[in-house]
Amino acid sequence: MSSPQASALVGEFSAIVGSDNVMTSEIDRYAYSYDAAVLEPVMPGIVVRPTTSEALGRVTRLCNDNGLPLTVRGAGTNLSGGTIPHPGGVVILTNGLTRILEINEEDLYAIVEPGVVTAVFAQEVARRGLFYPPDPGSQTVSTLGGNVAENAGGLRGLKYGVTKDYVMGMEFWDVQGNLIRSGSRTVKSVTGYNLHGLMVASEGTLGVFDKIILKLIPPPQAARSMMAIFDSIAAASETVAAIIAAKIVPATLEMMDNFTIRTVDNFRKAGLPTDAAALLLIEVDGHPGQVADEAARVEEICRRQGAREIKVAHDAGERNTIWQARRDALPALAKLKPTCVLEDATVPRSKIPAMIAALGEISRKFDLTIGTFGHAGDGNLHPTILTDKRDKAEWQRVEHAIEEIFDRALALGGTLSGEHGIGLAKRNFLVKEIGQATIDYTARMKKALDPKNILNPKKMEG
Amino acid sequence: MADLQQLALMFKNLDDQLVNCMRCGMCQAVCPLFRETGRETDVTRGKLALLEGLAAEILQDSQGIDTALNRCLLCGTCQANCPSGVQIIDIFLAARAILTGYFGLSPVKKAIFRGMLANPRLFNALTSMGSKFQGIFTKKVDDLLGSSCARFNAPVVADRHFNALATRPFRKIVPRLDTPAGASGLRVAFFPGCVVDKMFPQIGEAAVKIFRNKEVGVFLPAGQACCGIPVLTSGDRQTFNTLIEMNVELFRNAAFDYLVTPCASCTATIKELWPHLYSGSRDIAGDIARLGERTRDITEFMVDSLGLDGLGVTPAKEDVITYHDPCHLKNSLGITRQPRTLIRAAGGNFVEMNEAGTCCGCGGSFNVAHYELSKKIGNRKADNIVASGAETVATSCPACMMQMTDMLSRRDKGIRVRHVVELYADSID
Ligand SMILES: Cc1cc2nc3c(=O)[nH]c(=O)nc-3n(C[C@H](O)[C@H](O)[C@H](O)COP(=O)(O)OP(=O)(O)OC[C@H]3O[C@@H](n4cnc5c(N)ncnc54)[C@H](O)[C@@H]3O)c2cc1C
Ligand code: SF4
Ligand code: SF4
Repeated sequence: MSSPQASALVGEFSAIVGSDNVMTSEIDRYAYSYDAAVLEPVMPGIVVRPTTSEALGRVTRLCNDNGLPLTVRGAGTNLSGGTIPHPGGVVILTNGLTRILEINEEDLYAIVEPGVVTAVFAQEVARRGLFYPPDPGSQTVSTLGGNVAENAGGLRGLKYGVTKDYVMGMEFWDVQGNLIRSGSRTVKSVTGYNLHGLMVASEGTLGVFDKIILKLIPPPQAARSMMAIFDSIAAASETVAAIIAAKIVPATLEMMDNFTIRTVDNFRKAGLPTDAAALLLIEVDGHPGQVADEAARVEEICRRQGAREIKVAHDAGERNTIWQARRDALPALAKLKPTCVLEDATVPRSKIPAMIAALGEISRKFDLTIGTFGHAGDGNLHPTILTDKRDKAEWQRVEHAIEEIFDRALALGGTLSGEHGIGLAKRNFLVKEIGQATIDYTARMKKALDPKNILNPKKMEG
Repeated sequence: MADLQQLALMFKNLDDQLVNCMRCGMCQAVCPLFRETGRETDVTRGKLALLEGLAAEILQDSQGIDTALNRCLLCGTCQANCPSGVQIIDIFLAARAILTGYFGLSPVKKAIFRGMLANPRLFNALTSMGSKFQGIFTKKVDDLLGSSCARFNAPVVADRHFNALATRPFRKIVPRLDTPAGASGLRVAFFPGCVVDKMFPQIGEAAVKIFRNKEVGVFLPAGQACCGIPVLTSGDRQTFNTLIEMNVELFRNAAFDYLVTPCASCTATIKELWPHLYSGSRDIAGDIARLGERTRDITEFMVDSLGLDGLGVTPAKEDVITYHDPCHLKNSLGITRQPRTLIRAAGGNFVEMNEAGTCCGCGGSFNVAHYELSKKIGNRKADNIVASGAETVATSCPACMMQMTDMLSRRDKGIRVRHVVELYADSID
């Protein structure tokens, strides 16, 4: 931004948010040119940091008046390029909007600004004896606004659902700077279109979230964790199906393949069974009586399905050991190679054995290292490709492999992304899953709501 | 001055390390600086991206990158928590060296590092003089104290609560020692470090008292030089190498079981940084490695080697003591248990404070260059100390002690700041 027109704009942004909250230097702009996706950085023209709700609205409007493309940025941890700005566009930071406005213990809801960090919120809620379940692996840094815009999931998705199941309502800015309200503080509300539902997973393309009303629930009173060890991955995945078929919904039901097990064990030397084909990590929770009963039945099912060994956690320390192994999966894999592509194609859970087999084939076909772990209980696996993006030949094979992962997942009735979003990374594949008519419909809707196409252009555009 | 392309080329050599950052952003959760400012250029991910941008010749503003890089406590919290295992501190130190090579060392730093630090006698003489004229420091001496060892920064700013330079430095109280192992069967080389020598001689005295009491032989040669951390963080590899050479010369031929220091920064520097960052011309890699292997933090030595486990000691109720983890012990060396054990062994009534492992905000020369930010981070530490209800905050790094003293003295709560070994030395009266 160097033309007189540009400096006038800088002045206008400064007038709204204060000059301390406007960044235009080369290095500041470069620092907001990327996110956690493995994609090339793109420099914005200016970065602004509103600290009040009103300023957020005025900044949005100013962008629209000047036809400036804008990208709202929370913690920038999304894995699909959702916060890689438009070249020369505006980045709006939400880390100046971090107030928890209300936690209502009687009506079980909370109202937050979009920049509140997920784990900070969950902790604050827990201190009041309540529970906010969505727990993405990035929760110590991710923002609630980012969670809503990506419909983030987490380990507890199977039983407790994902972010969308907790969004009761919202206030957001439209491009003209009007505050739009949808939903309410009540459990039931059918007043108007479900616009807050539309905002979930909208990746910053339809409105700028200002306040979010989130549902809270009472926490489970008891929990029991276990680790089941399998000699065949098929047996492990059939066990997943068998547990669900027995009408038990564990809070968490995670799987790790042999490659991941070996990598994790090498990382922490936690004494994992490195010869096992797969591990299931399971936690049931709820009322103590029900927990005891369900844990016993899950154990029984695992045994019947051929688990070689089942380790049940008897105290907090043992429980932590089990979940530490799962928490270590990504860091351990990430340390093996410079570049780590974390995929999240998802299939109906009954198709997990087929998907795992497909991943094995893909890794052999393209001669790539793929470690697979993830939320087996909800069919959301994370095949993790370990590579070095500087190796051009291998990177090409990675791109082909990713495409084939999508094709296989779709052929099994699955979806491109379970929780990481479409952004820039998967937009070209969108048509394969939803079809041209859906893309056209979406484009018409977007055109009506955002005529100048300033809200995070190109993201999720098929 | 090399041109920008050449600079980019030098950074390309860092590429193998830089590429390991997957931009996950998890460092935002732990960086004490980012917590205060919320700026991406202040957190590791941003800094690493800037270095990559420079290497890729996308960025031109090398001066701006140098500034961003120096806004960092080098506390290592990000590295200790990085899921991708990026060797962040190595990268930052290497980058500072490259940029210092490119821009040149500031004349003040050059005079101080090469003229004073590499010449311990002169350095000692000047700081002794300083101690007599505290309060009427001339600008020159302020600069000396401010950027020589980041921690002699105290008198730089008018409103700052500082530790007075000791009127009698440790080396005047105990000039040298060379005693054989007693009943313990152990003999240590003692490296007090500059801050203990010049500001907290009582810590050195406490250590010597404990060695005597436990019948540990001590080798304390005169003429010890700075461990090199202040010059290293300023990117002055030349002086860093000289200081290592001087110290290695003093200790290489002596017989001892461990080299013990009461300064977390010295311990981490000797153990972690000397071995893989020495780039001088002398053939001393083997000596450096052997010294590094035998270097111990003093609390680690007392608990693990002398067996002071605190079992059977009943806490004296009255004085409540809390503990602050120095970054250089916790993040660099993973030492957190031994100092706490030692407080209990000293009969201390120990309480854990919130965020005990969060940086105090000193960060060497960071405190000088960015005093306001340093103060913000330090105030959070002070809040946590006050909230713990402790009457004494103990730690095991004299640099942290300076910062906490500065922050706490503004509160007027009468909370004392002491080194863990001082507490233990008191208990063996
Ligand atoms: C190590 C790691 C682990 C992860 N684990 C998980 C996981 O378990 N489950 C999961 O689902 N995801 C996971 N993710 C992905 C990511 O953390 C989530 O997508 C998260 O929700 C992003 O939050 P954020 O604050 O970083 O948002 P950002 O990345 O900053 O933004 C994401 C999107 O939200 C939009 N946005 C943000 N705020 C607003 C607003 N106020 N109004 C409108 N749009 C807005 C942005 O424009 C962008 O399109 C992980 C990522 C990493 C790096
Ligand atoms: S935590 Fe490590 S890998 Fe992740 S962004 Fe920070 S430095 Fe990079
Ligand atoms: S070393 Fe400390 S201050 Fe510097 S980037 Fe890492 S966490 Fe932040």
